[in-house]
Amino acid sequence: MINKLINIFKKVNEDQNPWKDERSENVYAVAALFNTPNEIIHAAEKVSGDGYKDFDVNTPYPVHGMDDAMKLKPTRLGWFSFALGLTGTLTALSMIFYMNGIDYNNIIGGKPFFNFPPSIPVTFALTILFTGLTTAGVLIALFSKLPWLNNPLLDSDYSKATSQDKYGIYIKSSDPKFNQSEVENLFKSLGSSAVSLIYDSKVNEKKIKTPIFEAGFIKILIGVAIATSAITYITLNWLIFQPPFDWMVLQPKVLPQEKSKIFADGFGMREPVAGTVARGYMPYEYKGMPDSVVKLLSNPLPVNEKTLLTGQKRYDTYCSPCHGNYGKGDSRLRGQFPNPPSLLTDKLINWTDGNIYHVITNGQNVMSSYAKQISRDDRWAIVHYIRALQRSQNAKDSDLN
Amino acid sequence: MELQNKKEISGKVTTIGFILLGVGAILIAASFMVNKERAFFDYLIMYMFIISIALGSLALVALEYLVGANWSTPFRRISEFLSSMIPLLILLVIPVILGMHDLYHWTHQEAVETDPILKGKEPYLNNQFFFIRLGIYFVVWFLFFIAFIKNSKNQDKDGNVIYTKRNTTLSTVFAPVFMITLTFCAVDLMMSLEPHWYSTIYGVYYFAGTIVAAFASLTLISVLLKQNGYLDPRIGNDHFYSMGTMMFGFNIFWAYIAFSQLVLQWYADIPEETFWYMMRWEGSWKYVSLGLLFFHFVLPFLILLPRSVKTNLNRLKVMSIWLLVAHYLDLYWLIMPTYTHKAGLHGPVFGWNEIGFPLVIIGLFMIIFRRKSTKNNLMPVKDPKLEAGLNFHL
Ligand code: HEC
Repeated sequence: MINKLINIFKKVNEDQNPWKDERSENVYAVAALFNTPNEIIHAAEKVSGDGYKDFDVNTPYPVHGMDDAMKLKPTRLGWFSFALGLTGTLTALSMIFYMNGIDYNNIIGGKPFFNFPPSIPVTFALTILFTGLTTAGVLIALFSKLPWLNNPLLDSDYSKATSQDKYGIYIKSSDPKFNQSEVENLFKSLGSSAVSLIYDSKVNEKKIKTPIFEAGFIKILIGVAIATSAITYITLNWLIFQPPFDWMVLQPKVLPQEKSKIFADGFGMREPVAGTVARGYMPYEYKGMPDSVVKLLSNPLPVNEKTLLTGQKRYDTYCSPCHGNYGKGDSRLRGQFPNPPSLLTDKLINWTDGNIYHVITNGQNVMSSYAKQISRDDRWAIVHYIRALQRSQNAKDSDLN
Repeated sequence: MELQNKKEISGKVTTIGFILLGVGAILIAASFMVNKERAFFDYLIMYMFIISIALGSLALVALEYLVGANWSTPFRRISEFLSSMIPLLILLVIPVILGMHDLYHWTHQEAVETDPILKGKEPYLNNQFFFIRLGIYFVVWFLFFIAFIKNSKNQDKDGNVIYTKRNTTLSTVFAPVFMITLTFCAVDLMMSLEPHWYSTIYGVYYFAGTIVAAFASLTLISVLLKQNGYLDPRIGNDHFYSMGTMMFGFNIFWAYIAFSQLVLQWYADIPEETFWYMMRWEGSWKYVSLGLLFFHFVLPFLILLPRSVKTNLNRLKVMSIWLLVAHYLDLYWLIMPTYTHKAGLHGPVFGWNEIGFPLVIIGLFMIIFRRKSTKNNLMPVKDPKLEAGLNFHL
């Protein structure tokens, strides 16, 4: 059965293969093989010394001294690599800058959204990827003269030998000095182990359809795409939740908001131990006490530009959405929420600083406490700022002096 | 072809060396008189720089035997001469020991008693063990140095392959010993300046800088010798290209290691690690840190990238001097912040106090190099690999 299939395939191949290696009578090049790197260096020196221009050397690995022996000019490949390496660098940096810095801001460990240190590994990798791939690609393209599809060197015994353990050199018939018997004799006198003729290929390139547009190839491509997507989908949505593949998903840890069997109250998230005080945080000793008790607190911060600016910043962030930018209680929440009162009323003007501070810290009825969001000093700064608002919004002519 | 190696290096080198040494020594003495503490830190920078070149050069010698390289054989003597500083290291360490109290916080007994972290590190960081370790480094380095050089020199007489084999065996042992001693030496002499801080990659970081400096000094001296006609005419572009490539490659390695250390500590962001970087970011230290990035890596990387630079002797010379200065800056960046921080300064210090130290380094190396070169062949004349090395082509 399998043999039959293979035979069918072979037959089809033989009959329809537009690549079938048919050669014309025209000599493309005379090629010679040598057994050691020293011989090939010597041959290359001789050939270039004799004034041949259209020749090349093929070795299984880079041979030291070959550039000089062939009298090659320094390659410009480096510039390709450099340009593409730079493209890789810039691609990576702009990609990360856009993704992390603009499109999908994500706070990780309190770090800035876009930052150089974490971007370097990816940048480094892309630079190398771009450089490596293009250098290899350009090299292959230059060597097989892509998109030339029927380079006569391909599929020749010469090429097979030089990709294994022989060192080869060939002179093309297009060389102005080319004379078949002379070249053959030259190679023989240099001690070549095998001199061969390479004929031009007969394949008419125009008749070859570009293989990527052939129906079979496109069908396979579509098939592979569908299969890959299906497998990916199934793996990510079903397979990784099935034992024994669920070991990544089922980790013995508590996720945020998850229930817990261990603790009696059933909460996975725990309260800190009673009396815990966070670093840099001052507990408020008047918690829950009536306003009358806390009235006596006085504002510890001096009134100056710095505290007023801090107060303004914090006020604009935390208070203005409800109380309005100028404390008039005219925010866009008006009507959607128990109306936030104006902070410019006579009542508030007569309140002590401690009283306002108390409301921010403890909240009042529907307004919740802001102690967790705003530090102690910043709360006092807000109080100063509210005082400034009260004065500026009720400014008298005499204030201008 | 006759080996051209008997031309003697001009005596002027020694004279200039002594002048630099003298001027440098006077400046150093003045520096010690004016500000003892600062001078001790400067001295430590100088000392680490000398270790870099001396030990790094010995490592290059070992490396050549280890990998069986041909191309560097004609230059091996240069590295051997440079490593002749190793016996001197024992003398030169004396000021470091005298200045230990000024340099190393962990030597303050009263501070250790009240500091649980230092108390925990006391079994390692204490005077006796510190001296024992230094002693071990010197003995080990010295013995290897003597053995390598002896074998290499003996070969000049009869060209016996047995010496190459012996040195190859020796270098297989030296490779791990070198890495371990260099790591511990960097930890002891430099990292312990901030005894609360630790970085497990520190030794590799210093190693990377060391190898860059060793290659840079080898390149610099080779180019100078070549330009003044001391080297065999067969030594040409391909040799220098290889040197440039090694310098370039290890410089990237340095950047890679430096970055690895930074990015881990940056990510983890825990105060007991980050303070070390904060010290190098406060005030105008920031510009030194950024300067190090550009001066040690970015610019040399771009400049050394094209092939033409690595085959142009003059440019190669400039770049090797550049990288030596960069290594000095690197050590300055590693060591000096401890001083400025202690002294309550919020930025780097640089003035005439610092000038004497590099002068002494240059002077010392000039004197020693010329002395060694008059007593020995400038090339390992009978090394079996020498012919292949001279005829090396890319
Ligand atoms: C979610 C909307 C909201 C935010 C945000 C908010 N408040 Fe209030 N605030 C209210 C409401 C509603 C009241 C009236 C509570 C009540 O019924 O007593 C109030 C009351 C007050 C009072 C007492 C006024 C009075 O007349 O009794 C003060 C003072 C005050 N807020 C200050 C602030 C400050 C300062 C901030 C910023 C830290 C702030 N508020 C943020 C909604 C808000």
